[in-house]
Amino acid sequence: MNKSLLAVSAASALVFASLIGCAPPQKDNSGGESANGVKISEAKSAADVGGMDALVAAAKKEGELNVIALPPDWANYGAIIKAFGDKYGIKVNSAQPDAASQDEINAANQQKGKSSAPDVFDLGQSVALANTATFAPYKVATFDDIPQAFKDPSGTWVNDYGGYMSIGFDTSKVPPVTNVNDLLKPEYKGKVALNGDPTQAGAAFSGVLMVALSQGGSADDIAPGVEFFRKLKEAGNFLPVDPTPATIESGQTPVVIDWNYLNAATTAKLPSWQVLVPNNGVVAGYYYQAVNKDAPHPAAARLWQEFLYSDEGQNLFAAGGVRPVRADQMLQAGTMDKAVVSKIPVIDGPVTVPSPDQTSKATKYLSENWAKAIG
Amino acid sequence: MKKLRDGLPLLPFLAVVVIFLIIPTVTVIGSAFFDDGQFSLARIQALFSSTALAALWKSVLLSGSTALIGAVLGAVLAWLIVSSPPTSMVRRAVISLCSVLAQFGGVALAFAFLATVGLNGVLTLWVQQVFGWNLAGSGWLYSLTGLILVYTYFQIPLMVIVFVPALEGLRDQWREAAVSLGASTWSYWREVAVPLLTPAFLGSALLLFANAFAAYATAAALVSQGSPIVPLLIRSALTSEVVLGQSGFAYALALEMIVVVAAVMVAYNALVRRTARWLR
Repeated sequence: MNKSLLAVSAASALVFASLIGCAPPQKDNSGGESANGVKISEAKSAADVGGMDALVAAAKKEGELNVIALPPDWANYGAIIKAFGDKYGIKVNSAQPDAASQDEINAANQQKGKSSAPDVFDLGQSVALANTATFAPYKVATFDDIPQAFKDPSGTWVNDYGGYMSIGFDTSKVPPVTNVNDLLKPEYKGKVALNGDPTQAGAAFSGVLMVALSQGGSADDIAPGVEFFRKLKEAGNFLPVDPTPATIESGQTPVVIDWNYLNAATTAKLPSWQVLVPNNGVVAGYYYQAVNKDAPHPAAARLWQEFLYSDEGQNLFAAGGVRPVRADQMLQAGTMDKAVVSKIPVIDGPVTVPSPDQTSKATKYLSENWAKAIG
Repeated sequence: MKKLRDGLPLLPFLAVVVIFLIIPTVTVIGSAFFDDGQFSLARIQALFSSTALAALWKSVLLSGSTALIGAVLGAVLAWLIVSSPPTSMVRRAVISLCSVLAQFGGVALAFAFLATVGLNGVLTLWVQQVFGWNLAGSGWLYSLTGLILVYTYFQIPLMVIVFVPALEGLRDQWREAAVSLGASTWSYWREVAVPLLTPAFLGSALLLFANAFAAYATAAALVSQGSPIVPLLIRSALTSEVVLGQSGFAYALALEMIVVVAAVMVAYNALVRRTARWLR
């Protein structure tokens, strides 16, 4: 996720990785065996453990779950963590809520075999697809409900929630934004911020792609987006500040290009904050959920998956303004809470989701040209 | 045998040096040249990409300009300090303050500047209210210009600390000798003091350069776009969730920084040795 810009020097972390050891060694990493003889750390579904009740019992016995890089105001994770903890009486340890996707994998590698290692991941596309070897395949009870495009057939990863790239703006500070080109107007001088550096953060990357689409580019051609930001910088409109809820509320970043659910979360606190998903540049992005194959709490990790993909978990995601992966199926079945149905954005027209190939081509272009454009 | 025993108390220090200096350096050098155990120059070659060269240039520009500004202003301040008697309250207070401020880098310093002249800084808002000017502009504090200002803030006190001893080393007798031989104040400075102080001044400036070149946290807290300088480019290469598998590039960049700082430190040592002749 994009939350890492103040991350501590990862350089030293890498170099001294072998020296860090701050958590006590794990007593029993296999998580024991279930009633029917399958190791929980190798269970591919609740049935392998002996059913949902057996999974709950095993998870309660472990008593803890380590999650990482889940900010409380991101996709409603604060409420989800609390609901999970209350429901099962499991203590959820939330490490480095502002870390980036790559930090999650780094933490898993560095703390391998320790009780503090992350049990589950919530990753951006490129990091997830590059690290499938560190995931344990697991199919939740609702696995068949999830559309084919949003899961690995064997359950190695499953998309959990997604959203659309959007422009959020404070109507008490700037005139309403009606399309991307508005941002070049003098009224927005020194006011337009992008959530992160697109060569580092997935959200910012999608933001540049959204702008590219609106300027006649495509998922294969991100250059018009970079060109637009160059013009934005030249006009003095681009604000090189990393927007956070604090900078938005204090009015430092009156226009922010970010995921619609993050902008929507701001509206809850700042009623004058409006969100626009430009209809000529709809970019969707989904996050990837997976179980760490070396999870110190294998049963709790699997129970967390069951919870996230249950109606209850999916409704909680939706309440955070994201589009849960089972949204279509739940809307049809009527299991989506009435209160949250209105929060899910409705999009007309084509939605762009870049393929891994398109993403890697675009990021190559960005790493060569972004710094020049806004430098 | 005796030599060995005398060296024993140094062992913990040696261990620390090995663990935190030698091993990381060797790791960096090794990883810059070896990819999965295979010797390769690809990572070094990446240093000559336009992005890496631009970052190196801006790093040198940032370190060079703040070293120059810091050295000149710091030397003037140091001279003013030394002109007051050693027992003076002001002198002691300024020296202590400099010792603190020279270490006042990092996130705290960045925050102090953000809170003062950032977009919503106290001073920015006050000036806006009273004079109607916009101090923060369109975010210059978050770019290279901002870094130069903020770095200067810890460079000047550092210069004072390292330059005051050199100034104190100027003996009164030399001045008296020069004056008794008919030198004016101006010719004393031109022909005695400045030539004596030049190596110390240049040496201190190099120290300031290395100090700024390696600084990371201050820049990381201020700049979030474009990774303009090498330490930020290393961060980007290590933590990017968009472009993966760049850790080799990060090692190569780290090696580049080691080379630059090593060259600077060699020059610094040479200059210090020249100064030491006089200041014994």
